[in-house]
Amino acid sequence: MSVLVERHTIDAADWIPLHLSVREDGGRLGALWASDGPATVHALSVVHERLLCLDLPLTDLSYPDLSTLFPAAARMQRAIRDLHGFRSGEDERPWLIHGDAPYAFVQVEGDGVHEIPVGPVHAGIIEPGHFRFSVVGERVLRLEQRLGYVHKGIERRFESMSLAEGARLTGRVSGDSTVAYAWAYAMALESAASASVPRRGAWLRALLLERERIANHLGDLGYLGNDGGLAFGLAQFSRLKEDLLRLNARLFGHRFLMDRVVPGGTTVDLDTAGRDAILEEAERLEEEVLALRAIYYDHPGLQDRCINCGRLGARLAAELGVVGLAARASGIAIDARIFPGFAPYDELEPALCAHRNGDVASRIVVRFEEIIESLRLERRILAALPSGAPRIELPQPAEGARGVGWIEGWRGEIFVALEAGAGGTIRRCHPHDPSWQNWPALEHAVLGNIVPDFPLINKSFNLSYSGADL
Amino acid sequence: MHRILRRIVRAGIVTEPPRAPDPALHAVARRLEALTLERLGRALAVRHVDAGSCNGCELEIHALGNPYYNLEGLGMKFVASPRHADLLLVTGPVSRNMEQALLRTYAAMPEPKLVVAVGDCGCTGGIFGESYASRGRVSNVLPVDVAVPGCPPQPAAILQAILTAVTNDRRSSPASP
Repeated sequence: MSVLVERHTIDAADWIPLHLSVREDGGRLGALWASDGPATVHALSVVHERLLCLDLPLTDLSYPDLSTLFPAAARMQRAIRDLHGFRSGEDERPWLIHGDAPYAFVQVEGDGVHEIPVGPVHAGIIEPGHFRFSVVGERVLRLEQRLGYVHKGIERRFESMSLAEGARLTGRVSGDSTVAYAWAYAMALESAASASVPRRGAWLRALLLERERIANHLGDLGYLGNDGGLAFGLAQFSRLKEDLLRLNARLFGHRFLMDRVVPGGTTVDLDTAGRDAILEEAERLEEEVLALRAIYYDHPGLQDRCINCGRLGARLAAELGVVGLAARASGIAIDARIFPGFAPYDELEPALCAHRNGDVASRIVVRFEEIIESLRLERRILAALPSGAPRIELPQPAEGARGVGWIEGWRGEIFVALEAGAGGTIRRCHPHDPSWQNWPALEHAVLGNIVPDFPLINKSFNLSYSGADL
Repeated sequence: MHRILRRIVRAGIVTEPPRAPDPALHAVARRLEALTLERLGRALAVRHVDAGSCNGCELEIHALGNPYYNLEGLGMKFVASPRHADLLLVTGPVSRNMEQALLRTYAAMPEPKLVVAVGDCGCTGGIFGESYASRGRVSNVLPVDVAVPGCPPQPAAILQAILTAVTNDRRSSPASP
């Protein structure tokens, strides 16, 4: 199973014009990263459902700023400067490697404006990051995020690993999306090795990916209810999520399915009893989720908190290059399972779940619909699961062979760009989380809202810190 | 409202589920409750800090609050401020960017205080190890009382680790309520 990538090495003079034409063609920036020796910057774009990778060799360790075309590039460029020293853009502040120097937040001045600093340690059980609110009374005038707190050197770590070990590390870039990351890595490696996995393995991967989507959406719907003042929702949804995790543990040996998707296929298989257990679970889950949905949609308190709260309009979302669930809730038709529809989704025909309003309520609606759709996909997979082995032994890719993985995780599209080294090692691996694109959108979605609504708005995006801090 | 009540009644109390209860967990739960009451005279206050985790351990710590494990029913609660905490639950290898924040959180806790390192990363640095960006295991930065391995450790194992920390606690007299 492989993804075709159109790849060109270009000159610095073409960097901006070519990306301008990507943008004018309706394309979006997928990922931006660099590699050392020889110094190169790589930009991966999605244009008309196809991947375009432009490699720019550097001569003077600087390159033209892409953030005027794709705003999300700004933080990626700051990360590249921290990790490789290649310079671009006007913002000289560090992003991933903090150092000891004080960080200069943008100051908002005027009568009655004050700042609320939050983090990196938050009040709840969540990942660390810093939010600097500038407010008047309760109203948010500006939010500035400072992330990078959980930067733990993942990309360098890859370079000391074998291709097999890399799969395990990729599954821990963002623990809540372990299946999606592991699959993206496997896809990249399989592309580099020009190998294809057995059909059964591909279908089982889709089954695991949909179970990951359902589990995360169940958890989020619970916390969204809770943050909106409906603790009942948290109790119910966290119960349903626990049921699903326990079935994962029983059938596949791990509650979150870590290390179950590997290069070559899956380490797990499913027998008839396992199939029946999932079908039974799907039936029960659908009944419960539909009943809870009726309660959520009818609840005046939740409606009051969620409708028109934290709105991200379609135009702004497109301008910022937002992806995944958040994009679909703002009326943008992005879902790599459908466009272009990587195998086996080309056969499973998932439906696009989207909404127009771009508010917290829309992101709740999209989650409900995606759970129902994922349950349908589970049934469809189980009804026609191809026979055979779920895994093959993967041939070792040649030194310098490259591959890209592109998977729609529950949060959005995940890319893994891989280059093999000599003797089954990794020369370079860049995992890309959709949170790179979506974090800046949260800064916009919160504008004009009141501070107490921030936790609800933040939860409705539920972005990854670890995934983008690397 | 009647629909909500009907759902609640229908879901029942899963904390003591009629199907497949986990006897090990219940043993832990009852001992923990008795111990915290005996030693503290009140609920055990826990503060969590993610010092560099992949977010996997957080998922399991969240699960402790679901109706199956019902953490608060067992005499434990998560608190928002380290100043209210008896025990610090630390996940992840300690990233260099989080080292100061972790040390400050620890410093803000009143004595006597306990530290539980959660997960393979907390125990050994895990797959991320030590590097220019990671200080590795939690005990490289803080005195750790108990470390619970697993990637991520299951909720029952995290409960067990907290129990172990409370059991080993050498504080001379119980804190006043």
